[in-house]
Amino acid sequence: MFNKKLMTAAAVSAALASSASFAGTLDSVKERDSLQCGVSSGVPGYSVPDDKGVWTGLDVDVCRAIAAAVLGDASKVKYIPLTAKERFTALSSGEIDVLSRTTTWTLTRDSQLGINFAGVNYYDGQGFLVKKDLGVSSVKDLDGATICIQSGTTTELNTADYFNANGLAHTPVTFDTNDQAATAFDTGRCDAFTTDLSQAFALRSRMGDPNSVVALPEVISKEPLGPSVKQADDQWFNMVKWSLNAMINAEELGVTSANVDDLKANSKNPSIQRLLGGSEGLSKGLGVDDDWSYRIIKQVGNYGESFDRNLGAGSALGIDRGINALWNQGGFLYAPPIR
Amino acid sequence: MPTDLSRSAPPGEKTRFWNDPAKRALLFQVLLIGAILLFAGSLISNTLNNLEQRGITTGFAFLSQKAGFGIPLSLIEYNESSTYGTTFFVGLFNTLLVSVLGIIAATILGFVMGVARLSDNWLIAKLSAVYIEIFRNIPLLLQIFFWYFAVLRTLPSPRQSIEFLGSFLNIRGLSMPAPVAEGGFNLVIGAFAVGVVLTFVMSRWAHKRQDQTGQIFPTFWAGLGLLIGLPLIVFMLAGMPMHLDYPVLKGFNFRGGMTLIPELVALWLALTIYTAAFIAETVRAGILAVPNGQLEAASALGLPKVRTLRLIVIPQAMRVIIPPLTSQYLNLAKNSSLAAAVAYPDLVAVFAGTTLNQTGQAVEIMSMTMAVYLTMSILTSLFMNWYNKRMSLIER
Repeated sequence: MFNKKLMTAAAVSAALASSASFAGTLDSVKERDSLQCGVSSGVPGYSVPDDKGVWTGLDVDVCRAIAAAVLGDASKVKYIPLTAKERFTALSSGEIDVLSRTTTWTLTRDSQLGINFAGVNYYDGQGFLVKKDLGVSSVKDLDGATICIQSGTTTELNTADYFNANGLAHTPVTFDTNDQAATAFDTGRCDAFTTDLSQAFALRSRMGDPNSVVALPEVISKEPLGPSVKQADDQWFNMVKWSLNAMINAEELGVTSANVDDLKANSKNPSIQRLLGGSEGLSKGLGVDDDWSYRIIKQVGNYGESFDRNLGAGSALGIDRGINALWNQGGFLYAPPIR
Repeated sequence: MPTDLSRSAPPGEKTRFWNDPAKRALLFQVLLIGAILLFAGSLISNTLNNLEQRGITTGFAFLSQKAGFGIPLSLIEYNESSTYGTTFFVGLFNTLLVSVLGIIAATILGFVMGVARLSDNWLIAKLSAVYIEIFRNIPLLLQIFFWYFAVLRTLPSPRQSIEFLGSFLNIRGLSMPAPVAEGGFNLVIGAFAVGVVLTFVMSRWAHKRQDQTGQIFPTFWAGLGLLIGLPLIVFMLAGMPMHLDYPVLKGFNFRGGMTLIPELVALWLALTIYTAAFIAETVRAGILAVPNGQLEAASALGLPKVRTLRLIVIPQAMRVIIPPLTSQYLNLAKNSSLAAAVAYPDLVAVFAGTTLNQTGQAVEIMSMTMAVYLTMSILTSLFMNWYNKRMSLIER
């Protein structure tokens, strides 16, 4: 008797659950009053917690920007560290609202995993690190080498493609995290370590003797990295996409966290006025108030500030803007206008 | 009972079916099964619906797609242009490899340690006790890390390899000469097969002779001669139809020969040492379960100690040992899935890891992986139960 009741109850509740209407991510984030953001388990410059547990990085700033836009407070983010293997399942199962974790935008991922890429916040490419004393000056010299890689990444596929295309043999040793792969390389398990160049430099800074490690000149792939969201939720997709666009537009218009209040009050530039909420009803379609991008710039800063603070001159990594400069300064960064 | 009840009803007046306990029980069972099927059905359709809603492709078609990534250790033919289906088998065989190696080594070490803990020699008994208590109580993952990151990482680089007998030990593993068979080696295999048959026949004959005359034939040494000596003689007579492929340092690494990768060694060591500690305790419990009277009787007969252990104690102890031993074997096989921690390409790392990540087919891949572990466990369990039945006391 008891069993039957229990089973009936379970069957009914399962049927109810499956017929429940699909609540938008934007609404559930507002309701929860916190954004659940999937980040890496620690890549310097992109997403890394300090000794007080405060997360910083270029990818973390995307999370903070979304939280500032939607919830009014950049600190209302719950960071969920994920390995490369866990990230997509976490996103498509709804465990996280947005994935901002050095993830390469590819056809398969965009079309088969049930996710959408909301833009590019870093244009990267895959490179190789070797020890100086190995005496190698090109990837082409690495025939027969053992290579440490993080498993489940585009890196793993690119490496196999590149070595095959050039008729070179290689032995991959794959680890769960990039950190482990870098450590294994550092202790001599592998001849080379390969990953996206920016991360390679970040991880090199943690190695025993960073100066004994050099990058080979070849960049063997395109790795456009950017935040992604679950598919079939266009409202949320737009919100994430435009949070990133707002940061890039702000840099282009010269709006920084320092001058944003002044410009909001005094600027006569209509583009700046629209960016800072001076044009009423412009953001109605996003489902947030008109001040959303003002809050992003005020609390997080524009893209250039974020880059300098985390990767560029103002950081320990000192990475050059390179192709990640704005479109009108010789780089790739280009955001559609806010109007 | 129910039939009695219906029979007791007045003739002509049928019992209503809800008053009949047998029929009522049947009804409830049908309802329960219906509810379970409904529940399972809604679970499956719910999953499929959700997958479709989220634009995730389903089905097993991905298994025939090109995998495109490399795997450092594979027992079957594999390269970057093999399919995802092949990665499944590569992972599966790597899991089986480390499990079988681990089970063999853990059984030997476990038996030795278990018997040693009961030794009269104070030092041996205490050393064994210390070993068991230490390794039984440290989490397996830490032990894997210990062997891999602390012990094996201190080995020299390939160019400073430790060299012995044509083998090279370095941080990339142990490169050994690989035996390569030439024509005529089939004769040696044939000789070995003959040796196996002869050993079997001889041991039956020796048993019979002992039963009849009481004389003991040195079966062990004779068997050794047949199994190793006979093929060896044939090998020599056939003109040694085999050569060794020696590893040579070429470029960065050793080419040729065969290489035992450190990931496999670390995982194998950790699994063996960890599980052996549990097996040792099982063995000790089994031996202690043999009544002391049996030992006293044996010594009264004047049987030497080794023979007492081999013929009287161990066979009886086995009956106690086998069931918990089975569960240790199952644990070892399942624990091998911690391989991903040290880059050993087992089923979980290769298939449920990389392949899952490249294809995104989480539901299909996880069910296949779970089915493998379930099958492995059931097969081990069936085999050990069969063995247990064979070994159990035959009561007359």
